[in-house]
Amino acid sequence: MSLTSGIAGAWQRIGAMIFKEVRQMLRDRGTIGMMLAMPLAQLMIFGFAINNDPHRLPMALEVNDRSNFARAIDAALRNTDYFRVVAVVSAPGEGERLLQRGAVQFVVTIPPDFARDLVKGRRPQLLVTADATDPAATGNALAAIGDAVASALAHDLIGPLAARAGGSSPVDVVLHRSYNPEGITSHNTVPGLLAIVLSMTMVMLTALSVTREVEQGTMENLLATPLRPFEVMVGKIVPYLIIGLVQVMVILLAAAFVFQVPFSGPLPLMLGATLLFMITSLALGFTLSTIAQSQLQAMQMSFFYLLPSILLSGFAFPFRGMPQWAQIGAEALPTTHFIRLVRGIMLKGWTIADAATDLGVLALMLAILGTVAVRRYQDTVA
Amino acid sequence: MNAPAPAQPAQPQADLSQPVIDVHGLTKRFGGRTVVDAVDLVVGRGRICGFLGPNGSGKTTTLRMICGLLIPDAGEGQVLGFDLRRQRGAIKRRVGYMTQKFGLFSDLTIAENLEFFARVHGLDRRKERVAQALEQLGLASRADQLAGKLSGGWKQRLALAACVLHDPEILLLDEPTAGVDPQARREFWDQIHTLSANGMTVLVSTHYMDEAERCHEIAYIAYGRMLARGSIADVVDGSGLVALVGEGPGADRLASAIEQRPGVAMAAPFGTALHVCGPDLAALQAAVAPWADQIAFRVGRPSLEDVFIHLMRGAEDASVVVRA
Ligand SMILES: Nc1ncnc2c1ncn2[C@@H]1O[C@H](COP(=O)(O)OP(=O)(O)O)[C@@H](O)[C@H]1O
Ligand SMILES: [Mg+2]
Repeated sequence: MSLTSGIAGAWQRIGAMIFKEVRQMLRDRGTIGMMLAMPLAQLMIFGFAINNDPHRLPMALEVNDRSNFARAIDAALRNTDYFRVVAVVSAPGEGERLLQRGAVQFVVTIPPDFARDLVKGRRPQLLVTADATDPAATGNALAAIGDAVASALAHDLIGPLAARAGGSSPVDVVLHRSYNPEGITSHNTVPGLLAIVLSMTMVMLTALSVTREVEQGTMENLLATPLRPFEVMVGKIVPYLIIGLVQVMVILLAAAFVFQVPFSGPLPLMLGATLLFMITSLALGFTLSTIAQSQLQAMQMSFFYLLPSILLSGFAFPFRGMPQWAQIGAEALPTTHFIRLVRGIMLKGWTIADAATDLGVLALMLAILGTVAVRRYQDTVA
Repeated sequence: MNAPAPAQPAQPQADLSQPVIDVHGLTKRFGGRTVVDAVDLVVGRGRICGFLGPNGSGKTTTLRMICGLLIPDAGEGQVLGFDLRRQRGAIKRRVGYMTQKFGLFSDLTIAENLEFFARVHGLDRRKERVAQALEQLGLASRADQLAGKLSGGWKQRLALAACVLHDPEILLLDEPTAGVDPQARREFWDQIHTLSANGMTVLVSTHYMDEAERCHEIAYIAYGRMLARGSIADVVDGSGLVALVGEGPGADRLASAIEQRPGVAMAAPFGTALHVCGPDLAALQAAVAPWADQIAFRVGRPSLEDVFIHLMRGAEDASVVVRA
């Protein structure tokens, strides 16, 4: 009696419990790995990848005036840490096209006769066009452009022209926020949310539903029937596809009527892209379920996928503001491409030609994941 | 044997000219460990073959290879004339397999479960067949109950109903009556015999000796190796064992003492009696001589259980030698 009563007894029993828990935990390799990898991944993402004050944003310079001033502005912009001049074009409208495709975040257009107007003191306009689908990325950049231009010109306006440099700015920096003129945040987040909600439900539900069958022993029965693996897969995917389509409807209706998000692209293209993304996510969930040993592991794997999908895809933080390695890594996430597609189609009025690249990448991912899933999922039990 | 002696099944003509299960040298390894080792099995149409063996001896693995759920690492065979490796699809369509663990959908009702399997097999007159199956199995009144809420015996009936729905020619049952009460077991076996009488071939794994005795033939496997096959009489005779049955005060308590004696393969109490088995009758009689004045020993027939335990011990020894 004395052994099991009193505080000593309680400690002994608690000790037994702790001992058992630790043993079980150590035996579950997947969980241990996940517990170590999760904080590391979060450190990388929050510590290094995400930047609330984005730098080195891609920019195009459309130079319609071949003067020293234009060259000076080019040099000054290259010198700021905020921008990375990725293209210098001269055909009118070329900068606009780069913006539309999403190759750059800004276009600075130097108009024809810029030098003449400047010299004459007519305060020529310097047009800055920003891709405002993500207002957060635009924020501080504008002030940086103004400063860079002013200092470049101050340097060049010497001698008799020095007077132009003093007083008010010699040029008129005009900002045009493309695709989201008022810089409304919800125009960016609501379409992005579509991608996130679909990722969550599609990937997690499939990963869990297949693992559940294995865990409960019903899979053995399914495989003993004439059902083929591919048929089991499609049969499991279709109901989730329907759930996903309902989610799409809800979000699109809310986007249109509650948040008044403009919808400028073709609806069939939007639905096609959404369907492709949903099937890709389902295939991913299925692949995870062939790897996971238990429902718990399937859940952990899904979270492990969702974390970067939310943080690195451009949903929560500006994609172009992340360091190069994070951008390259995020290209491997289906969500990144779908977010680009949704924002492109809804806000930028993308046509199928604009969407082709991201659609192609999603299709490739689907092909790979589908093959892996079918390969891994056999019609035998071991 | 203490279990109520079940009625011996009428023995139909052993129709081995037309075996429906005919496999040779079946071998399966998991991670370098040979779990099923060169197993041969031939079962004729309409026969009930009992598949016995200790836990972990490879019964489930063998059944899975026969129904196309596992591909053997070695060995060949035909099931219903279809190749075990290349025609697994055709085999799956014609075989009913009842898994060891209850494998129906616990969040569907009984009727919904049956309907699912009817659909998967692409059966016509689905409603009719499901209703008929429910009726036959006495499940009609429970059709709308969730399968997960059923007790062990009812789950087992449901699982059987699900795997005979498509009129399979072969029924593979993996420990179908484990944990089921005697009454339900008896009814279950009556059903098996009805199905068999209608031409279905049944291969059923079990641990129960009384169930083994209700089979037309038995196959005994231990440590992945097939140790004995045939009718019960064949297996008992083939073991080369003879037995003495001792009765008298305290007979059942002498087992361990007698087992030490030379010439005794094993001694085990059965109720108040004692079974002593060994390969040679004279040696046995010599071995029990010290107790012969208190306990009356008469010559008996070794029980199936005696034979199995003997076979298993022999196999165990063999495997130790092989490893050494
Ligand atoms: N999928 C598997 N992977 C690894 N080992 C297995 C697998 N299935 C069964 N085994 C092992 O094979 C042996 C035989 O198992 P099994 O066929 O289930 O025996 P039985 O049904 O006679 O109890 C056991 O030791 C078991 O652990
Ligand atoms: Mg088993």
